[in-house]
Amino acid sequence: MAGSAPPERLKILIADDNASDRMLLSAIISRQGHEVLSACDGAEAVALFERGRPQLILMDALMPVMDGFEAARQIKVLAGEALVPIIFLTSMTEGEGLARCLDAGGDDFIAKPYNQVVLAAKINAMNRLRLLQETVLQQRDLIARHHKYLLNEQRVAKAVFDQIAHSGCLSAPNIRYLQSPYALFNGDLLLAAWAPSGNMHVLLGDFTGHGLPAAVGAMPLAEVFYGMTAKGYGLPETLREMNAKLKRILPVDMFCCAALICVNFQQQQVEVWNGGLPDGYLLHADGRPHTPLVSAHLPLGVLSASSFDDNTQVYPFAAGDRVFLLSDGVVDSTDEGGEMFGARRLQNVFVSNRKPDLLMEEVQWALARFRGQVRDDVSMVEVGFTEPESLGPPSVIYTDSGDSSPLDWSASFEFRASTLKRFNPLPYLLQLLQEVHGLRQQSSEIYVVLAELYSNALEHGVLGLDSALKQDAEGFAHYYRLRGERLDSLEDGFIRINFQVIPMGQGGRLIVEVHDSGNGFDAEHVLALPPAVHQLSGRGLSLVRQLSERCQWSMDGRTASVEFAWEGLAYSRDS
Amino acid sequence: MSVTSNISADKQLTIKIKGRFDFSTHQDFRKAYEHVTHAKSFVVDLKETNYLDSSALGMLLLLRDHAGGDRADVRLENCSADVVKILAISNFAKLFHIG
Repeated sequence: MAGSAPPERLKILIADDNASDRMLLSAIISRQGHEVLSACDGAEAVALFERGRPQLILMDALMPVMDGFEAARQIKVLAGEALVPIIFLTSMTEGEGLARCLDAGGDDFIAKPYNQVVLAAKINAMNRLRLLQETVLQQRDLIARHHKYLLNEQRVAKAVFDQIAHSGCLSAPNIRYLQSPYALFNGDLLLAAWAPSGNMHVLLGDFTGHGLPAAVGAMPLAEVFYGMTAKGYGLPETLREMNAKLKRILPVDMFCCAALICVNFQQQQVEVWNGGLPDGYLLHADGRPHTPLVSAHLPLGVLSASSFDDNTQVYPFAAGDRVFLLSDGVVDSTDEGGEMFGARRLQNVFVSNRKPDLLMEEVQWALARFRGQVRDDVSMVEVGFTEPESLGPPSVIYTDSGDSSPLDWSASFEFRASTLKRFNPLPYLLQLLQEVHGLRQQSSEIYVVLAELYSNALEHGVLGLDSALKQDAEGFAHYYRLRGERLDSLEDGFIRINFQVIPMGQGGRLIVEVHDSGNGFDAEHVLALPPAVHQLSGRGLSLVRQLSERCQWSMDGRTASVEFAWEGLAYSRDS
Repeated sequence: MSVTSNISADKQLTIKIKGRFDFSTHQDFRKAYEHVTHAKSFVVDLKETNYLDSSALGMLLLLRDHAGGDRADVRLENCSADVVKILAISNFAKLFHIG
């Protein structure tokens, strides 16, 4: 026989109505080492197949009761996906008859009288096909099982992740976004959270790679983002911490392209950092051309803590303005010819957009027109401006009893030049003040006032910046560039913050004094100015006056003093 | 896609990438430098590279790490306009000499 490998012992069904032919063939097949089942017509062949499940069938074409063609058809149906090769035994020689054998589901045929060598070779060849089919089916099932397993793993991982990510404020009315439900496994990440100041932080990230490796970095990133935002840290501190954490835990070739923005609704400005994401856009309500928010940094997780650059850009941001961020799935979408969608096409969508509410849909339509279908790793987010009143962080729930609340104390802090450069003391100070239970209901107001006074002391006092610079968009950019430069080269100066907490009846008072080393300003003159509404600066002081019980500046403008009061806790709960 | 490499007399290892530079290149790219311990400087020749994805950026970081991290001398040469654009978005010019 052909082939050197010892033939596998197969169970072979022989169906032939001619008894002598059947016995002759049985003898040959048995001698070749196979087990034989025999049937004398098609119907018996089908019944034997069901009972004995032979692996291969030798079938005469013309038989009484049921012919070989019909038997072959029925057996193929019964065999289902498994390949049970059927070799027709035939004395037919004309092409049409032989073709009928194959049409009925036969796999091969052999002419009578039998050549034993050819018969053995055909059985072998058919068995190879049978085994191949078996392997393919096994592997298909294995893949299907693995796939199901993987989907289940992803579902569980996503559920865990959603627990961490869901506390965000992506549902805020000023945010619109588009993301695949399994974006996490494309490495895309979208987070949003309120800061205690009423600012909103939004992060769009895109990890290298796909699948689980891309998803693992997302959890620590989300935790840092939410944790630090809730504590009142600003973008630079949060960015430094996120970068340091990713650098520490991710392998060298993994990183996260990200854009992070902070919307300050009170001051009507937006702060932006982009490391490795495609250009985002600041879309202006007044019809000015959109401002690209260009990636100016390496992605998160690449640089060591010491060389990381946390410099941000600040832009005016008012009613009708929007920030639009997107992942590279948008601009990198390719059509059939391999051409990319590109930034130009995206900008055309911005320019031709007439209904701001439909912008995101229009981008999707443009993508769909371009390539027929949208990639599943397309992430977009649009953050708009809303009047501060209609938004606001959810109130924080405290779990401790209040028995150990400190009620009569004072503390002084002095932050000097090298500290002012990199350290933001506000979260720390706020935490301290929150130990006083009576102040907790006003913690957001206190934070805003503290943040205002601190940045006034730093920018106008220590750094000597004049807010009159911020009279137009250009001056605004200039102001923040100067701020960065002066802070970088700062060698002396200080900000002193003094707290005094005094119990009064059931309640108490907090007096905060902020004093800086700058030249001061003509407090009487500045405070007499009407509050700014449409200007790009000057909102800070009126905010402080609105939110605090009492506030005043020393004549030289170097010391601000504000007061907050609270009633007895039982009373304030009822109010 | 193919990766070839050679080392010059002055111990400069040049790695050439033809076609797409993406995850499928990972093994070959790593092999090209992993066992070269005596190279002083590294060049990645992207003349015939028509595409580069974020995992390729990751591989470049691995090479940079292998070459000594912040002290590494790694140059990316013959970058096409498209490749330069991708490198620019990620600001890789801060880590590599790009030409």
